[in-house]
Amino acid sequence: MDFATLLQMLDATLRLATPLLLACLAGLFSERAGIFDIGLEGKMLAAAFLSAAIAAVSGSVWLGLLAGIGASLALSLVHGLASITFRGNQLISGVAINFLAAGLTVVIAQSWFRQGGRTPQLSGDARFNPIELPFAEALQNVPILGPIYYELISGHTILVYVALLTVPLTWWILFRTRFGLRLRAVGENPAAVDTAGVSVVWLRFAAVGICGILCGIAGAYLATALQAGFVKDMSAGRGFIALAALIFAKWRPWYALYACLLFGFLQAMSLRSDVIENVIGFQVNGQFLDVLPYILTVVILAGFVGKAIPPRAGGEPYVKER
Amino acid sequence: MDVMPKWADVILIPLISILLAAILSALVILAIGESPWAALKLMVDGALGSTYGWGYTLYYATNFIFTGLAVSIAFHARLFNIGGEGQALIGGLGVAIICLFIPWPHWSLALLGAAIGAAVFGAAWAAIPAFLQAKRGSHIVITTIMFNFIAAAVLNYFLIGALKAPGMEPATPKFPEATHLPSFQDMFNFGETTFFRGAPANVTFFVALAACVALWALIWKTRLGYEIRSFGHSESAAKYAGISPTKIIMVTMLISGALAGMMAINNVQGEAERLVLNAVEGAGFIGIAVALMGRSHPFGVLLAALLFGFLYQGGAELALWTSIPRELIIVIQALVILFTGALDNMVRMPLERLFLAMRRAKT
Repeated sequence: MDFATLLQMLDATLRLATPLLLACLAGLFSERAGIFDIGLEGKMLAAAFLSAAIAAVSGSVWLGLLAGIGASLALSLVHGLASITFRGNQLISGVAINFLAAGLTVVIAQSWFRQGGRTPQLSGDARFNPIELPFAEALQNVPILGPIYYELISGHTILVYVALLTVPLTWWILFRTRFGLRLRAVGENPAAVDTAGVSVVWLRFAAVGICGILCGIAGAYLATALQAGFVKDMSAGRGFIALAALIFAKWRPWYALYACLLFGFLQAMSLRSDVIENVIGFQVNGQFLDVLPYILTVVILAGFVGKAIPPRAGGEPYVKER
Repeated sequence: MDVMPKWADVILIPLISILLAAILSALVILAIGESPWAALKLMVDGALGSTYGWGYTLYYATNFIFTGLAVSIAFHARLFNIGGEGQALIGGLGVAIICLFIPWPHWSLALLGAAIGAAVFGAAWAAIPAFLQAKRGSHIVITTIMFNFIAAAVLNYFLIGALKAPGMEPATPKFPEATHLPSFQDMFNFGETTFFRGAPANVTFFVALAACVALWALIWKTRLGYEIRSFGHSESAAKYAGISPTKIIMVTMLISGALAGMMAINNVQGEAERLVLNAVEGAGFIGIAVALMGRSHPFGVLLAALLFGFLYQGGAELALWTSIPRELIIVIQALVILFTGALDNMVRMPLERLFLAMRRAKT
């Protein structure tokens, strides 16, 4: 494998890791506050559809992004109502949200655009286009660093950079602000937070809301940046890979970045089976690479490689003492 | 403690939940510019208006009984087996191997062999998540989700490899003639009038009914069932009574996986008569809705499975005759799961208040 191919692979890794990373950080906020969320997949899918639909109709990708975030937030609200207000089962609520999104997107897309459950192709301003970072063109011929800067770092859509910046931002919010401390506390011991006079319900709704916003961006990225339009089931299990990455990262922001890059790299490899064959000399089943994130996560969960301990109050509705 | 009479809990709440789901679904149909009333009429005609429609409804219901029972038994031990989809896929692998490599003399023996194969393969696929939950404390919901994806990959691996039939399609060869299960058409053929013509419902439906009875007896009439239920009510109390959590988790999940796997005798041996990719088509997930609606009781599961069989066949008819896509059924399924599962308290709380007020008024 030559240098140029390697750069191409890493470039693809970054592009494929972005939706995983956004969804993973979304799950991180929710689960750190004690709300399990297996509905990441559904929220991404709903956001992907509405962002593509609004972008196609209005011609503006930014309106599309807003609409996508709105769709994801609406589902978050349902999840919050079910799991916080009505103290229902968070896992069942997540399952319901996944199916709701899978069904509604196709039903609405079909009656709106009549193209077999997809939206029209997006082009021009209705998509997020790559941005050239300053001097990328000029530095292209500098050995080693030039191509790295030109190929790998420059030339992504803005959402890729947003996702990368969300990592330190998440770390800062969770570990350096009062809100973050309370948010983590509400996931470990909500009774203590309640005793301190802070509203458990409000904190959890805030966390679920942040989760909705990030899932919305992830979904919009799928339909308006990675691809040009919505197709049925386009999230293709990414929400679950993000969930796997979250466990792999043991609910920590920087590790989430590494896990998502690793899983993104696996996805990039399964797209380029010719490259792998050249490097290691034999053919690897693409299916195997696709499920490797899940297998790795099960191994981690089994506790053979370190132990993944979830937030202690995760999954349990909080009942205030009377 | 019991604010409401039992009938309200068992009948009224599911009914209100499904009514809410139905109203919202009707609004969706209205929003996309179709008439909900006409849609309902079309669904009833398509699914229940002929023995052909009934044949499909019962075929789908058979799938959902198995997956619904699988989720139910796990619910009794307060385990959420979301992996019915993967277990049913791997159960299909078991059925395919049994049917392809053993020369069966008669369908009844083949049915027995396939049922055992499906159950063993399905149970084996549930065993690893169960073991990790029991011994390592890793959350069973997450591991069973992961195992759904891994199952799809395993199946794909075999269908493009060792079990592949000649040709382009990733599928096994057709099973031998001797493994053909009698369909309802074969069974209800009275000379000049043939019922259920061309419908896939087959003898497996009766196996599913037997499974309902067997599971009812297991849960409420045996020591094991008692242990499973007490473990589900309170793990610490069960432990104190000398019930081993490891044993209960393992046994419950093995039974659950076996039931989900046994769905494969209906769709793989009974209908397709070969194993194809994505043979389960989401029936494993519908089991969740069925178990929630049926309140984890085998009889409730039977009724809920019939309802979903009707929805499935009716939805196919809708997609055929109107512009409403088949995915509408997924929306209805999601709403049922939402209202009967996650938003249960939303229905329950006002109802409890109502019954409380009625009781006060009486005294």
